[in-house]
Amino acid sequence: MVTIYQGRSGLSRRELLKRGSAAGALLIISGSAVLSTGEAWGLESTALKPETLATLIQMARDIYPHDQVPDKFYAIAIKSHDEQAGKDAAHKELIEKGIADLDQKSGAGGYTGLGWEDERVAILRQIEETPFFQAIRGGLVVGLYNQKEVWPIFGYEGESYSKGGYIARGFDDIEWL
Amino acid sequence: MPAPYDLNDDSVVVIIGSGAGGGTLGNELAQKGIDVVILEAGPRIEYDEFINDEWDSFGQLAWLDNRTTGGGWRVHKDFPNLPAWIVKAVGGTTTHWAGASLRFQEHEFKTLTNYGKVEGANLLDWPITLADLEPYYAKAEDKMGVTRTNDIEGLPGNNNFKVFKAGADKLGYKECHTGRMAINSADRDGRMGCQQTGFCFQGCKWGAKWSTLYTEIPKGETTGKLEVRPSSHVLKIEHDDSGKVTSVVYADKDGKTQSQKARIVCVAGNSIESPRLLLNSASSKFPDGLANSSGQVGKNYMRHTTGSVYAIFDKPVHFWRGTTMAGIVRDEARHDPSRGFVGGYELETLALGLPFMAAFLDPGGWGRSFTTALDHYDKMAGMWIVGEDMPQEQNAVKLHGELKDKYGMPIPDVWFTDHPNDVAMRNHAYKQGMAMYDAVGATRSFPTPPYPSTHNLGTNRMSEKASDGVVNKWGQTHDIKNLFVSDGSQFTTGGAENPTLTIVALAIRQADYISEQMSAKSI
Repeated sequence: MVTIYQGRSGLSRRELLKRGSAAGALLIISGSAVLSTGEAWGLESTALKPETLATLIQMARDIYPHDQVPDKFYAIAIKSHDEQAGKDAAHKELIEKGIADLDQKSGAGGYTGLGWEDERVAILRQIEETPFFQAIRGGLVVGLYNQKEVWPIFGYEGESYSKGGYIARGFDDIEWL
Repeated sequence: MPAPYDLNDDSVVVIIGSGAGGGTLGNELAQKGIDVVILEAGPRIEYDEFINDEWDSFGQLAWLDNRTTGGGWRVHKDFPNLPAWIVKAVGGTTTHWAGASLRFQEHEFKTLTNYGKVEGANLLDWPITLADLEPYYAKAEDKMGVTRTNDIEGLPGNNNFKVFKAGADKLGYKECHTGRMAINSADRDGRMGCQQTGFCFQGCKWGAKWSTLYTEIPKGETTGKLEVRPSSHVLKIEHDDSGKVTSVVYADKDGKTQSQKARIVCVAGNSIESPRLLLNSASSKFPDGLANSSGQVGKNYMRHTTGSVYAIFDKPVHFWRGTTMAGIVRDEARHDPSRGFVGGYELETLALGLPFMAAFLDPGGWGRSFTTALDHYDKMAGMWIVGEDMPQEQNAVKLHGELKDKYGMPIPDVWFTDHPNDVAMRNHAYKQGMAMYDAVGATRSFPTPPYPSTHNLGTNRMSEKASDGVVNKWGQTHDIKNLFVSDGSQFTTGGAENPTLTIVALAIRQADYISEQMSAKSI
């Protein structure tokens, strides 16, 4: 499971220097964890490099960008790759090599060093047919959109049986037509 | 009380499958005092156990045994091992279906006559007419409690319907209403009325939508003449030297092979499993599979010409609230070749939850063109296209050359490619659907590709002549007198209508025929 804990204050100078340079990215690497200072959560890596997890989070957002969805949910969505990599060496290699390739294609600063989404998407377009990209994208369809905590952000109300359905809760309440 | 029958009891009618065809036939025969054993591959899951969650429900109900696909359809690329979204449980796909219950139109029983020869299509007239089926349609509508029949009120329109209706009115469509739905609009037949919960596709937790699971099957069991054996996956049908079928071999809930003797066998496993079973039952006497002297078993696989149109508005719709498919435009269902294709299509309201919208809106799609659509999920409206597709001989359910299931039987390999008529119809429907939404102020609309098939039809088709198809006008195989097909695979052509009502009507009619033939000792 995903480890979520309060971001700590008083980061060391070394930790601060590891701060990613991508615009808007507030993720930092500390030991084996990816930390979000802004959102106050952290993600512990077990099999993949923490830098790999941080890049995966950015990649997940670039594949399915929703500006109103915090990083935390993208982190939860890609966490399964870390778990799978712990059990399956081939999967670990697929992800680590995929990220290394992504960084290599992105130039000196790596993938997260590209400041604009368009620049990063251009790199993703080059690899969209690869098993690596398809594994990440395919996993996100369920990993991101099937999080119940994400649904309210899109207005989706989920389960309704326990509330007696919508017969008295607005199934026909449209007013603008 | 449910009757337990002995495996060696050779007086029973064995039905394979408990959905619209098998479940209905089982009850109808039991009501006539005939002993019936239904073998159902899936478990028995009662309706209070259904789940209001798309992926969890999919895991609970869907047929997920490995299948492969081929051909030009996009499902082959996007969902290579999921050709169909159907159910493996008691009640079959009547747990999942939307409830739309439409009669075929007269001309749709005679497509070869009315459409003429269409290049590349394997059109054939049904050996029955609308008049033959009308009395049975009436019985089916009463049995299922179809709205707008038998003085049953229509369902109230939800938000998605209101947008749809406003668009239909703007375009001048005349026949638009909340559908003929086998969903109670008020208490009826011991079942309650629709509570506008949504999640129709996940199984109705109120039991308001007709399903054989909690109508036909318990009614049949009450007679003491029907036994349903869940988790009984049929592997093979066996026959004697004379060619009559004698027994059905199946794997029970523990995976142990059992053999149930039978006087008559009725195959109702849906249009993928039914032909697969006949092909897998090949013997030295029938080397091409049972009932396959025509070579048509597994051929002419149809799935309806489908697609969806979703649109975004500048204000909220909340289209997931309420009955999933209670809304229809029937004006385009007519046969009017001036539109550039033969046959017609229905437009029906449809909503998906956020998780399935993400999976099905544009499978494989990513980036902002995709995500900005979902950003306005609460302002979306949606409709589904269902139209007549052309039977084509190369669209087929075949046995996989190498892959086998856990019982050692070859898995089905489902091939499908659109006919040019299908493509022309779908494009016309996309245009009309988008125009409907544009007319009420849509800011963006999406012609969404077909999902894995829920309307699987035609792979054991009905024909006048034994050389043209697999079964006669009673669903009795041309080759083997005591072997019947009782599901949508007997459809000669697909019509524009959702198939369940026709499957149920055919099953009621078939029960009368089987009972008469048994009394006459001819089978």
